[in-house]
Amino acid sequence: MAGAVDQAAFVEWLQRIGDNALILGHRVSEWCGHAPVLEEDIALANQALDLIGQCQLWLGLAAEVEGRGRTADQLAYLRDAVEFRNLLLVERPNGDFGQTLMRQFLFDAFHIELLRALKSSADPRVAEIAAKAEKEVAYHLERSADLVVRLGDGTAESHARMEKALKSQWPYTGEMFLDDAVDAAMAQAGIAPLPSSLRPAWERTVSEVLAEATLAHPGEAFSHKGGKRGVHTEHLGFVLAEMQFLQRAYPGAVW
Amino acid sequence: MYAQLVKSEGAKPREEMTPEEIAFQERIDRGEKIEPKEWMPEGYRKTLIRQIGQHAHSEIVGQLPEGNWITRAPTLERKAILLAKVQDEAGHGLYLYSAAETLGVSRDELLEKLHSGNMKYSSIFNYPTLNWADIGAVGWLVDGAAIMNQVPLQRTSYGPYSRAMIRICKEESFHQRQGYDIMMKMAAGTPEQKAMAQDALNRFWYPALMMFGPSDKDSVHSAQSMAWKIKINTNDELRQKFVDQTVPQAKYLGLSIPDESLAWNEEKGGWDFSEPDWSEFFAVIAGNGPCNEERLGARVKAWEDGAWFRDGLMAHAEKAEARRRAARVAAE
Ligand SMILES: [Fe+2]
Ligand SMILES: [Fe+2]
Ligand SMILES: [Fe+2]
Repeated sequence: MAGAVDQAAFVEWLQRIGDNALILGHRVSEWCGHAPVLEEDIALANQALDLIGQCQLWLGLAAEVEGRGRTADQLAYLRDAVEFRNLLLVERPNGDFGQTLMRQFLFDAFHIELLRALKSSADPRVAEIAAKAEKEVAYHLERSADLVVRLGDGTAESHARMEKALKSQWPYTGEMFLDDAVDAAMAQAGIAPLPSSLRPAWERTVSEVLAEATLAHPGEAFSHKGGKRGVHTEHLGFVLAEMQFLQRAYPGAVW
Repeated sequence: MYAQLVKSEGAKPREEMTPEEIAFQERIDRGEKIEPKEWMPEGYRKTLIRQIGQHAHSEIVGQLPEGNWITRAPTLERKAILLAKVQDEAGHGLYLYSAAETLGVSRDELLEKLHSGNMKYSSIFNYPTLNWADIGAVGWLVDGAAIMNQVPLQRTSYGPYSRAMIRICKEESFHQRQGYDIMMKMAAGTPEQKAMAQDALNRFWYPALMMFGPSDKDSVHSAQSMAWKIKINTNDELRQKFVDQTVPQAKYLGLSIPDESLAWNEEKGGWDFSEPDWSEFFAVIAGNGPCNEERLGARVKAWEDGAWFRDGLMAHAEKAEARRRAARVAAE
């Protein structure tokens, strides 16, 4: 089945999902040692670790399908921003803890639906990675949804911060559900669902959680987009400058 | 080490002890564990709170120098290992604060003392991590020194502390191995990498030796703590053991220890080595290390910035409880 798929599109698609995990993992890892309570330090490090682990699997598969002898590390460390395929949402700076948490929740609610669907991918390698990642992400969503509820329905200040966070992250959620030619090719080959097909389930989760959190649903809004085709925000360049520093400064060294 | 210069209370000759205190000391001498609800001298409780608290603070401040390189780790695998390690350190902090809580002091009280400068954390975390090999050196030397101290503490007299140490030691040996593994790669790498490895060893060697605290002859608080089995070995014993273990490891790496007086002493069956500069140690303890301000500042900022988060969770818990109560009343 996978043989029937356009290989370039498959690699492109794998980079999208792998880059989401890598860049979000990077952002989450920036909190290490700086979280509001010790339990959050632990949880965030664990979450970053899960995401980096998933990125290794997705980018590893991307490199394998590409068949040019590259590795997951080479994809992570030696591509420039224009070659990255992550959603704009995940590269946004952390902001306060509320911003970080809202970004996480909105992404987790999408991520879980994607992984659930991928468990029945026509490509067994994709299905296998998805099954492993789904368990981790189910836990991420449980945590982020729970905290959004508690902080939304906490003090006036926590409510205000969560509302502000929701407003600022919301315009970056639409990109998750846009279909393009790569997505169509993946859906055609039975490898992945069309992103747009994940929207109703995501919308249900988000509406329920926001209602319980006493946060107003923002409704229809303008969508920023571009990450999936390599047109990023200014922030990604700095993420990569930091992340790739050693590999760039000492080419060919083994670490 | 993670607990340096812990002031010990109430050293008393046996003739001056009350019958309760004698019975307590005899239990310790028999190797019995003291559990939270049991009687203990006030000095024992206070000394333990200081020591466990200082150890807990060291674990959480210790996230920072290594956290400094997570976003720059050179491979995905190294990044994942470092994340796992830093997560472990935060977990160690959690076990230790819980152990301290059994002595009647809350985590928030201990943190308040850390933030106000009334409690310390290990001097080692006030040194910067300047190149990637520092992450190797920290695992190899700092976790290595921690293990040296903590393995005997698994047998400490206070039950919850001893059990926390047993859990922690399992993870620390993984930390040391990953650190040494980084050093092996660096030492066998390009000339630049090898230079980084040597530079890291040069900068971390003496601060690592300082982790064990001042020389025994200047350690005024050791005797009582050792009688209570809160401290198992003297500072100098542990430092010697650490040097003896580490010198061959450095040789294996092809790195040189920055000590011209380092020499094998056949008679004692160990290495003679130079003492660290103790004036530097006391300066760091007094707040004048290269990173004291950043480290403590980062922890205070995290705490202050997080106040709204903690208050929000508290308020929600109260609301949820009120709703449950109202529902119960309505159902009756
Ligand atoms: Fe996990
Ligand atoms: Fe630790
Ligand atoms: Fe450690």
